[in-house]
Amino acid sequence: MQTLYDKLWQSHVVHEESDKPDGMALLYIDRHLVHEVTSPQAFEGLRLAGRKPWRPDSILAVADHNVPTTERSHGISDPISRLQVETLDQNCAELGITEFKMNDLRQGIVHVIGPEQGATLPGMTVVCGDSHTSTHGAFACLAFGIGTSEVEHVLATQCLLLKKAKAMQVLVEGKLGHGVTAKDIALAVVGKIGTAGGTGYAIEFAGSAIRALSMEARMTLCNMAIEAGARAGMIAVDDTTIDYIKGRPFAPKGELWEKAVAYWRTLKSDVGVTFDQVVRLDAAQVKPQVTWGTSPEMVTTVDGRVPDPSQIADAVKRHDMERALKYMGLTPNMSISEIRLDKIFIGSCTNSRIEDLRAAAEVVKGRHIAANIKLAMVVPGSGLVKHQAEQEGLDRIFRDAGFEWREPGCSMCLAMNDDRLAPGERCASTSNRNFEGRQGPGGRTHLVSPVMAAAAAVAGHFVDVQEIY
Amino acid sequence: MAPLDRANIDTDAIIPKQFLKSIKRSGFGQNLFDEWRYLDHGEPGMDVTQRRLNPDFVLNQPRYRGAQILLARANFGCGSSREHAPWALQDYGFRVIIAPSFADIFFSNCFKIGLLPIVLDTNIVDRIFHEVSSTEDYCLTVSLENQTVTTPSGEVCTFDVDMFRKHCLLNGLDEIGLTLQYADKIKAFEEKRRTEQPWLFA
Ligand code: SF4
Repeated sequence: MQTLYDKLWQSHVVHEESDKPDGMALLYIDRHLVHEVTSPQAFEGLRLAGRKPWRPDSILAVADHNVPTTERSHGISDPISRLQVETLDQNCAELGITEFKMNDLRQGIVHVIGPEQGATLPGMTVVCGDSHTSTHGAFACLAFGIGTSEVEHVLATQCLLLKKAKAMQVLVEGKLGHGVTAKDIALAVVGKIGTAGGTGYAIEFAGSAIRALSMEARMTLCNMAIEAGARAGMIAVDDTTIDYIKGRPFAPKGELWEKAVAYWRTLKSDVGVTFDQVVRLDAAQVKPQVTWGTSPEMVTTVDGRVPDPSQIADAVKRHDMERALKYMGLTPNMSISEIRLDKIFIGSCTNSRIEDLRAAAEVVKGRHIAANIKLAMVVPGSGLVKHQAEQEGLDRIFRDAGFEWREPGCSMCLAMNDDRLAPGERCASTSNRNFEGRQGPGGRTHLVSPVMAAAAAVAGHFVDVQEIY
Repeated sequence: MAPLDRANIDTDAIIPKQFLKSIKRSGFGQNLFDEWRYLDHGEPGMDVTQRRLNPDFVLNQPRYRGAQILLARANFGCGSSREHAPWALQDYGFRVIIAPSFADIFFSNCFKIGLLPIVLDTNIVDRIFHEVSSTEDYCLTVSLENQTVTTPSGEVCTFDVDMFRKHCLLNGLDEIGLTLQYADKIKAFEEKRRTEQPWLFA
């Protein structure tokens, strides 16, 4: 009997030292996604060694981290960012790699466009020089982030040398409450097992609550597997998966489609297989989550309170908590709903897809952002998401409510471009990391779902979205 | 050896994003832990000799200058996959990082560039933290060959390392070159895949 992870692993082993079962295996890589930040040194290394990409047609490239989200007709003003994006353009042109350039409607965050294009297909190994590659595991892929040396390794050999991880099942049964989303499940899991809880594991999310999620919600969940320390997150194939893929540009058509679907349906863990670890969560008990600290595991529910370090026995933990609260400018025991915000960010590879925008728009519709909110912005995950949203009039709803409506990219998720927090500013963000300085030096990030961010924008402080819609 | 007494140090802290705009592989050492190390905000291209050092940050203390081993707490290197983090640590002069645990991607990135991450038991790490803070010129000796860390008092702690990774590190081997020795196997695998799952090659 095999887990989904076993099946994906085994079907990609090119070579294995048979006498060392726990050793490294050479794994074949089907899809290589590339962005501007982690690839230039890899292309340079390849060139210096006189090597060529093994399979250029397996690569899809896009610039997302550095691109401006405001008017783009004048290009990128920061010369260093511009050089990095131009370097990607040049490398792709020279080596025959498909790239969606900055002004292409299909441009967007790498983890949004892969699935959107059908470039992410079940059963694939998908890699990218980016830790949130785990997103693609929603399609029953073995998808994980790699470093730049590994990017070069995949470019040169189409393979990676890897050690097999252990398998963890996160079982979520039951029905999510109104206004509770995949983001809340993700944060609740990270809160439960900690940011290192999944280290050394590949996580499979399963259970009735997961089966009930849309593909986009599943992507949100797998996206954050890395925040629990797991390099890969994954979900078995079902009708939802197959319906989503059908008709997308890179997806198989006609006879091949039928053949592919038949294979894809085998991509699930065998009934009764044992996992190295099982974590259970009752969906009905999951409430809207809000992080209060500087690590995604520092999370509580919207009706909760900021924790009190003096109640923590472990010295290292207490010290971390004190430090986090100081950085975040919060006092122990204050209630989460007392936290007032300066900025709102709806975007990132976690929550910038059309369903995220629809849900947030639903909350702000006919309302306006609170007076204390200096900036509320929506950054769609791709040009196509933006286009779709505009077709549905979501841009109007957001604009009328006082939000800025931007061009697609990573934006304030990591603040490599001009979108960032000023020191001390506090943001409700739908992204995935609340590390110190992540959204700008001295910036304070609270991770939440899109509906919770929208509700906070309207109220000016955190509120339980269930109360307002 | 320098002790950095903090858990869950993420790669954003090791090398902040503004320095990721570089298309080069070197020169990140001067911005290692930039937000903790300097009092002013750093941007690429700034002359670091003109910047204000944070005297409270451990690496700025004279006694830890020139350290080649970094001691840290659990889950070191979590977060983003940026290899710029190990590049920065190495460029600064570190050759070994010791911690009770590391994040997966960071851990494997280190080996690729010849930086050695060593996992030691939490209790041992704890003890070394205490010893180093109370002893000037505290020096650890690391032997990859013997897989040992030796403290000044002569205590020897052993650590695990994957045989293949050890072999590559000790011999400075090029992993890509090694993999390409299997080029025929990769081609054969690819052809089989092309026949069985042609949609992957469309
Ligand atoms: S949106 Fe954020 S987390 Fe996602 S790829 Fe971009 S920078 Fe990374």
